[in-house]
This record gives sequence, C-alpha cells and structure tokens, in this order.
Amino acid sequence: MGSTVVPKVPPAAEGGEKTLRVGRRGPLRRFLTRPEVGSLLGAVVVFVVFFTVAEPFRTGSAMATVLYAGSTIGIMAVGVALLMIGGEFDLSAGVAVITSALSASMFAWWFSLNVWVGALFALAVSLAAGFLNGWILTRTKLPSFLVTLSMFLMLQGVNIAVTRLVTGGVSTRDISDMDGFESARAVFASTISVGGVSVRITVLWWLLFVALATWVLVRTRVGNWIYAVGGDAESARAVGVPVAGVKIGLFMTVGFFAWFCGMHLLFAFNTVQSGEGVGNELLYIMAAVVGGCLLTGGYGTVIGAAIGAFIYGMTRQGIVYAGWDNNLVMFFVGAMLLAAVVINGWVRTQADRR
Amino acid sequence: MGDDDTPLLELRGVHRHFGNIRALTGVDLRVHARRVTCVLGDNGAGKSTLIKILSGLYGPTTGEYLVDGEPVAFTSPRQALDRGIATVYQDLALVPLMPVWRNFFLGSELRRGRGPLSRLDVARMRSIADTELRKIGIDLPDIDAPVGRLSGGQRQVVAIARAIHFGARVLILDEPTAALGVKQSGVVLKYVNAAREAGLGVVFITHNPHHAHLVGDHFTVLELGAVELDEPRENLSPEALAHHMAGGAELDALQHELQGGTLPQPLSSPYDERESGTKASHDQ
Repeated sequence: MGSTVVPKVPPAAEGGEKTLRVGRRGPLRRFLTRPEVGSLLGAVVVFVVFFTVAEPFRTGSAMATVLYAGSTIGIMAVGVALLMIGGEFDLSAGVAVITSALSASMFAWWFSLNVWVGALFALAVSLAAGFLNGWILTRTKLPSFLVTLSMFLMLQGVNIAVTRLVTGGVSTRDISDMDGFESARAVFASTISVGGVSVRITVLWWLLFVALATWVLVRTRVGNWIYAVGGDAESARAVGVPVAGVKIGLFMTVGFFAWFCGMHLLFAFNTVQSGEGVGNELLYIMAAVVGGCLLTGGYGTVIGAAIGAFIYGMTRQGIVYAGWDNNLVMFFVGAMLLAAVVINGWVRTQADRR
Repeated sequence: MGDDDTPLLELRGVHRHFGNIRALTGVDLRVHARRVTCVLGDNGAGKSTLIKILSGLYGPTTGEYLVDGEPVAFTSPRQALDRGIATVYQDLALVPLMPVWRNFFLGSELRRGRGPLSRLDVARMRSIADTELRKIGIDLPDIDAPVGRLSGGQRQVVAIARAIHFGARVLILDEPTAALGVKQSGVVLKYVNAAREAGLGVVFITHNPHHAHLVGDHFTVLELGAVELDEPRENLSPEALAHHMAGGAELDALQHELQGGTLPQPLSSPYDERESGTKASHDQ
C-alpha cells in the first residue's frame, strides 16, 4: 500500500552530483555581470559622440562644467541609489532639496542668525523629513511610491506657502551679507583650481561621497544589510537584520544629501526660488537606474549611479557645446535611460546564461 | 516517550487563535537532542503557526513554551536564535541576489576595526563559509555566486549549514523537501541526519510521510490544529504513518464512499459517472 500512496514527486530536472557545482566564471564574465557595465559603455559612447561633434567639448574647462552638472544630480543620486538598493525610492527628493535651502535661508534671516545656525536647522528639517518618510513607510507598510508622493506634494505646498508667509514673495531674501556666509560658501559652493582648471567644489564632494558610500555598501555590515533589505526584506528580518531601522536610515541619508544640495543652491545663488526642484527627483532615479540599480531593489552600485549622473552632465552640457536645441536635453536623457535599462538587462542575461 | 532528560524544547497545551480562527488547539510537543521530531500535517493543519511559535515570531495565545525546562516568551526570532533555536524557513531566509558568503553571515557579520572604521572581515567570512560548506559536503567552486543561481537542494543545505555554524542546538526545518526533486530531497535528508549526528535536536516539518519516516525518531501528526497522532518510531510503520497523515479514519470513510458510490452503477450514462467523479474529488 505504501507505494501506492507515494505522492507524485516532479521528476528531478537535473542529475545529482553534477548540479552540486556552480561553474567558475572568468574575469571578463565577472566584469560583464557588474551592474555598471551598461552605463560605462553608455558613458563612452556619449563622450565620443560629443567629443566628435562639439569642438568646445574637448577642453578641460568644458569637462569641469560637465562634472559640475553631473555633481548637482550626482550627489543626490548617491543617496537615492543607496535607497533604491535598499528597495525603496523617494519621489520627494527633488523638492526636499529646496525645502532644506528655504529652511536655512529663512530661519537665519528671520532671526538674524549666523547662516551656519540656519544650515544646522535645515539639516534637522531634512533629516526629520527623511525620518518621517521612513517611519510612515515602515509603520503603514505602504509602498514608497505613495508615501513619498504624499511627502512630495506636501513639501511642494509648504515650500511656497511658508516662503510667502515669511518673505511676502516667492523667493527668499538675499543672505550674502549675513554672518558666516563666506565660510559657508567656501564649503558648499566655492571654486578651486585643479591643474589650471577651475572646478566647482561640489565635484570634489561628489567624488568623496561616492567613495564613502561605496565603502559603506561593500565593506560594512550596514552595506550588507542594505542589499539584504532590498533583495528580500522578509529573509533579512528572519536572520535578525533590523529592516525598519535600515529603511529609515536610508531615507534619512537621502535627507542628508538633500540638505547638502540645498546648501549648495543657497550659497551659490544667495536666494532660493520656492517653486523649484520639482522633477529633479526623477533625474536622481534616472541616474541610479542608468547606473544599473534595479527598481525592485537589492542590486546596483553607487559608482553606477555616479556614471549615470556623469552621462546626464555630458548630455546636458554637450548639447549646449554642440549648439543643438537645448530642449532636446530631456529627449536625450530619456532615450539614454531607455537604452541603458535595455542594455543592462540584456548584458546581465547574456553574461548569466553562459 | 522513553527519555527522562529535559527536552530542549517543549510545548504544553498550546492554543493559538487569530481572531475567531483557531489555528492550534491544545498542542503538546517535545524536542530532544539527537532526535528528529517530525511534525506532519495537511495544508492548514497548523504547521506554519507551530513553526512561528517555536521560532519566536509570536507567542501562543494560551499554553506554555519551555526551553531547557524554563518557560519563555519570545517576541522576536532573534531571541529564539540567541537560545540556539534556528529556523530554516521554506523560503530559506536567503537573499537570492547576494553572494553565498554574504548570505551565510547575513545578520551575524564578522567585523574588524573599531567605531566608524569597523568593517566586514571579508577574507575570514569567505574562508569560513567555504570551510563550513565543504564540511557538510557541499562544494561550491564559487563562493561569490549569488544564491539565486544555486539549485533548491543546495540552497537548503546552505541554510542548514549556516544554522549549524551559528551554534544552533535546535534546528527547525520548514518543509525542506517540499519543492525538491527526488535526488535533491535525498541530499537534504542526508543533512538532516548529519545534524542529528552532530547532536542537534531537529524539528522536521513536512507533509511527506515517506521523507519523514526515513529520518524521524518521533512523529506528531497535526490535524485541524490539534494533535492527531503522537508516537515514537518504534510503534509506527511507514504505512501507518502515511495512513494517519492522509487523514486516517477520514480516509477509510472516503474509500468506503468512493467504492460504494461509483462502482455499483455500471448502467449509468458517462455523464452521470463524470458528475459523481467530480463530487468525490471535491470531497477529498
């Protein structure tokens, strides 16, 4: 009787001992399975194209401008990429930059304080907004799309309303004559000379943040947790990873970078337009995705996101140098995104297959 | 049962309700070292609820949970883990996109350096993961391969090796052979045996009586949240176990009904026969 009740086991697809082996992969194949491959190829192509068609593009100062354009998106993309690897995204990142700049400017101006006090206040505001995003997300278990979309709309409204209330206009007052402005500008918005080429300091900050974030991601326990939380939150929880803490921390990291970009805007332009920032959140996400981050989380690198932002910078400035219609920038960025995603997916399956 | 030593784990009269759904009613269970305790049951019998209580995801509504003879009230899997109770879930708690060695140490990473410079000890983690997997008999030439590229049996073994390495005294295996083919199941059952030989208490949860009988020392069959059978191996043949597992008395009634209902109607039209056939399979 025993044999008649045996449940039908699906026939073993593969033989026993052979399947206990996983093929070793060569260095080239290893390289091709890196998340950044697609974006690296894209960067080379875009560079070659503009290098050929636009003569001004070939100078060192043009490269400095490209890097600056890249850094304005790239610094935020560091945080956004980390968050995306952790399985979430943040639609409020674009306006959060403006919120931070407005808070610093208006707080310092209203109370006639040193601008550094304003900057500290803005840091607290940005971290709090990030914390709120993460806390609501982990408590309600709503998708980050909804939570951060709500935050995006709320911040957008508050930015304009509070600015009008405080200054009576849509932009903040000029704070360039206030205490601490010069030192703050030196940190957030100065220009330094590297080998005879003037480079905006945000480029250096960008490189530093990318290096730091990469180290954290690859070589620390928190980095391990970020990949795990994005790859499979339930599994991560089951082995003792504090999933909620990691997610909240990631949103606060995005908050930190929003603060940094906000400070750059404020000290580079002295005043802040309260309605700006809308749409930038998608550029940050674009940079991360072009760089090989999966929208579903658990996969990607910060270096990839940096390459994505660099491609954006090249496209943005290259089109100007080439003398093409400036309105085409977004067209090319969009096409680039599509191509990068398709190529990334294709390269991955090809490299995985063999 | 024969042992007079204190069980590693014990449930006494455990009830667990979810609203007005009674998932478990009056369940007793004892898990001893060097024994494989099999928990069998059909879908919805309460196996998952039992695992979640044992692994500390939530507590019983009423009843006692004892570890080494003392009552405990776990509020997180971490606490159970700290007492040496490791659960290998059906989904294995592995992250498919991450390399084998990172998965092996996930949540218990080795680090060196202090304060902000504290970093992963990558070299040591890789070599330990490699040694541990080799020790248990699984040889992966590439410890950097993402877990998603391993076969189902290999993943099970990685998860079991991980639990043993991190000092598990009790290993709770949730349907480890459910999604596997014959050979892969055999591989996993060998490691269940290896875990017992290593002195662990094993809770082997399954709905396959044949797999259970191959490795089990004691059998508990759950039905609708209650213990239907609780016997040591000596008193139970594989056939008897399969019989209990398949519903026992209910199966007898079903057999009777099937034979009585469909056979003595040789003159009915094919349409009627099909109808009664559908009905019988529904009852199952």
